[in-house]
Amino acid sequence: MKKTIPDIELMERGHQACLGCGAAHAMRYLLKGLGPKTIAAIPACCWAVIPGVYPYSCMDVPLQYVAFETTGASISGIEAALRAKGKKEGTTVVGWAGDGGTLDIGIQALSGAVERGHDVKYVCYDNEAYMNTGIQRSSATPFGAWTTTTPVGTTKAWKLSPKKNIVEIMVAHDIPYACTASVAYPEDLIKKAQKMKDITGPCFMHIYAPCPTGWKYPPEKTIELARLATDTCIFPLYEVTNGKYRITKRIKDEKKKDVLDYLRMQGRFKSLDEGAIQSIRDHVDFEWARLLRKEECFGEEQ
Amino acid sequence: MSGKELRCYEDLPPSPVTHDSSLVFKTGSWRTMRPVISKEKCKLCGFCWKFCPDVSIFEDSEGYPAVDYDYCKGCGICANECPFDAITMLEEDAI
Repeated sequence: MKKTIPDIELMERGHQACLGCGAAHAMRYLLKGLGPKTIAAIPACCWAVIPGVYPYSCMDVPLQYVAFETTGASISGIEAALRAKGKKEGTTVVGWAGDGGTLDIGIQALSGAVERGHDVKYVCYDNEAYMNTGIQRSSATPFGAWTTTTPVGTTKAWKLSPKKNIVEIMVAHDIPYACTASVAYPEDLIKKAQKMKDITGPCFMHIYAPCPTGWKYPPEKTIELARLATDTCIFPLYEVTNGKYRITKRIKDEKKKDVLDYLRMQGRFKSLDEGAIQSIRDHVDFEWARLLRKEECFGEEQ
Repeated sequence: MSGKELRCYEDLPPSPVTHDSSLVFKTGSWRTMRPVISKEKCKLCGFCWKFCPDVSIFEDSEGYPAVDYDYCKGCGICANECPFDAITMLEEDAI
């Protein structure tokens, strides 16, 4: 059998993720990239439940559960303690949080950790709402999505504000390395994880991890949907190294798919009218053109 | 609390540390649809292994992918991603 990604498995079978969980893919690939000398800190999120009940765990690396808003502070502390003990060399400290724990609740601790310049890796797996507590909207929820706190009824109260761009927030911190990755492109995700491991200093990764339960689509479509998100330019894959942009999955204009293909696959977007779909299309095109321009202006010199 | 003064690490109460593997949870019992791999159609591309969220596809002695039914939850991603339609999802009751 052909294997295009490393053979090592640091996430065991028997974990408690839902059928077709994108976050389970994300963790599996990340650990393949970072290797066994990794220490993880996980706040309240789906991944606080997935490893299993005490005293069992599906992780073959040390894992510490931390309070919701403290992922950034906790990984800073772990890194400082390792350095004080002289054991930092060769060990990767990774904070693993959901989109709520990163974009809303944990953002000040993350900002502090990046500003202080700790040698930590922060990974946000983005399922676009507070899935663990039952699908409440977060600032990563895209425009037009149904959640239990933006219910769509006769008044059409879907989420009206767009998704927060966390990678840009990280780039504004002058972070050495920030990137986006998707579970549909594991080779790319693992390459970026290996790159983060080799960089000394704070790094940030934003992983797109579809959630069948919250997005209302059949579990077998997880990878297909994640691939479609990149093909429609809704979630472009790129990396920013010391302020230099590089798109790692280039979508040619003739191969770019329409956002409608992506929206129609999910129950959370089923009530959208033509006007709302057009505004999503315009927003995606605008963001994609902006990213291409950023790469042109602030790309690596050829 | 015992009222004992805490001076060093050994004085702290034992902290809850996980020490056993999640392999005790046989998540295969969640399954309603069972993936069945056809060796005739399989071209050994490894997509099913790569995209399994439950790490339940392994290489058998002949080098073909095989499903670990103790842990496979039957999500169907392998059957959906297989480029050669070598995996079919059958209802668990029918077997």
